[in-house]
Amino acid sequence: MNFVLRRVALALALVWIVATIVFIAIHLVPGDPAELLLSTGGTAPDPATVAQLRDRLGLDLPLSTQYLAFLQGLLRGDLGTSLVDDYPVLDEIALRLPRTLELIAAGTTLAILIGVPAGTWAALNRGGPFDRAASATAAFVLAIPVFVVGTLLILLLAQTLRVMPAGGYVPFARNPGQHLLLLTLPALAIAKGLTAVLFRMTRSSVLDVVGQDHVRTARAKGLHPSRVVLRHILRNALSPVLTVLGLHMGALLGGTVLVEYVFNWPGLSTPLLRAVEARDYPMVTGIILVVSTLFLTINLITDLLRAALDPRIRTA
Amino acid sequence: MKRLALPATLVGVIVLIALLAPFLGLPDPVRQDVAQRLALPSPGSPLGRDEFGRDVLARLIWGGRTSLSVAFAAALIACAIGTTLGLMAAWFRGLGGMLALGSTDIILCFPPVLLALLVVTLAGPGSVTLVMVLSVLFLPGFARVTYAEVQLVQELEYVEAARAIGATTPRILLRTILPNVAGPILVQLSLAVAAAIVLESGLSFLGMGVVPPAPSWGLMIRGARTTLEQAPQLLLWPCAALTLTIFAINLLCDALRDTVDPRTAQKSR
Repeated sequence: MNFVLRRVALALALVWIVATIVFIAIHLVPGDPAELLLSTGGTAPDPATVAQLRDRLGLDLPLSTQYLAFLQGLLRGDLGTSLVDDYPVLDEIALRLPRTLELIAAGTTLAILIGVPAGTWAALNRGGPFDRAASATAAFVLAIPVFVVGTLLILLLAQTLRVMPAGGYVPFARNPGQHLLLLTLPALAIAKGLTAVLFRMTRSSVLDVVGQDHVRTARAKGLHPSRVVLRHILRNALSPVLTVLGLHMGALLGGTVLVEYVFNWPGLSTPLLRAVEARDYPMVTGIILVVSTLFLTINLITDLLRAALDPRIRTA
Repeated sequence: MKRLALPATLVGVIVLIALLAPFLGLPDPVRQDVAQRLALPSPGSPLGRDEFGRDVLARLIWGGRTSLSVAFAAALIACAIGTTLGLMAAWFRGLGGMLALGSTDIILCFPPVLLALLVVTLAGPGSVTLVMVLSVLFLPGFARVTYAEVQLVQELEYVEAARAIGATTPRILLRTILPNVAGPILVQLSLAVAAAIVLESGLSFLGMGVVPPAPSWGLMIRGARTTLEQAPQLLLWPCAALTLTIFAINLLCDALRDTVDPRTAQKSR
């Protein structure tokens, strides 16, 4: 319990630090954000418009006041409104976040379902044909950037063989079959890196555990091999795998931005990229805060899972 | 050492081609020739031309030069600052060092692509922004590795011996400790270069990295997507170049790690 509380407190502190850094970054950028925003193509913006925008963004207030207002807004779930179309940032995120989460969940599930059993199997049959083939595949897969995989999948399956749609989105409620079909390729693309990482980590972690005394004892007392693998090997081998899973989620969330772009998946990527291009600060900070919080939450969950799996972590 | 030969040669050849780009007699990689739009390979341009009639081979090689210089610059800056931080934090052990080390960890709270996009929003896209962002992203890795290694090494007898013969602190740090922790830092460097190439190409692919018309593999893939139906070959070249480069650096990285730490080599066999 104590461990859980401490870990949750740390996660909250990290979210606060992330929010503060994003705030400082926006306000420390050289030059006036309002002027920067309004100047396009080297023409000086109208001073009256700049003043108006400064007022709207509260840029004339003392920095400490702005910071407190920013934190208060966060606590109320108010992320401001888009500078481009005045649309509340939170509403835009609420609409699109579930679709991004769905992609992440599908990709992660696929990666775990493929990577962990494959890694275990490869380790238990070390040096065999499966181990060699899978290890080589993992090394190759790790070398292909996620947007290249996505684009090549489209070229091969949608453009050349015409067996899959090139991308798009249909709500699940309207057409479940089509929804899942459209989800397949982006989920596969997102899963590729994590699958290879999980495969490698599971393989080396299982190899570490297999040689230990307690496994030999379990075998010697005549336990069924599947029970030895599940209860005595995997349970001990999974802790480092979970750590790697948590660490790799950052790359996966970043990869999601690319994959959504490649497959026209209407998640958070579209408004984020649009906002980066238009320097729509509230939208950019809102989305980055939400996704970073998501990242920290996933890391929190993997840490808690590790503790549940391995009591030694709880007391450490 | 034998395992290092192949990947090192591969990476060496790629780097050499990128370095020699101005001397290869290639056509101008940004010169457009709309009449030759999507032209197929010909003696003058062995890989054909892209959607603006630019020579694909020239763009491929110059694009590699862009990707590699951004990646190496970012990795080297991160290595210099991160290693210094890690070295100082481990050696002087004070609160300042711990704080400096801890603050680099905060960078790890952000998914890398998102932190990069935040900086691009503030500073605008371009190679300089890319180098800046990427070096910040790889700082914590170097700081952590150096810190951990220095902690192991600084208690050893030869460090004490150096101190006993009256070596100054800078001399101990640079001549005694640094060479002995250089292996893992070198591994980290190759990891960072590969990761930097992946991120640079990804951001350029999104239109948030290298600014057109400058050639970059990510930008070439971005451009080829629009002509996927007429000219799918335009997609394959930059994809192959990117994958081969990352694969070669990953191989080099694995081989380096095995050379530096023979224990992992045994395990992965």
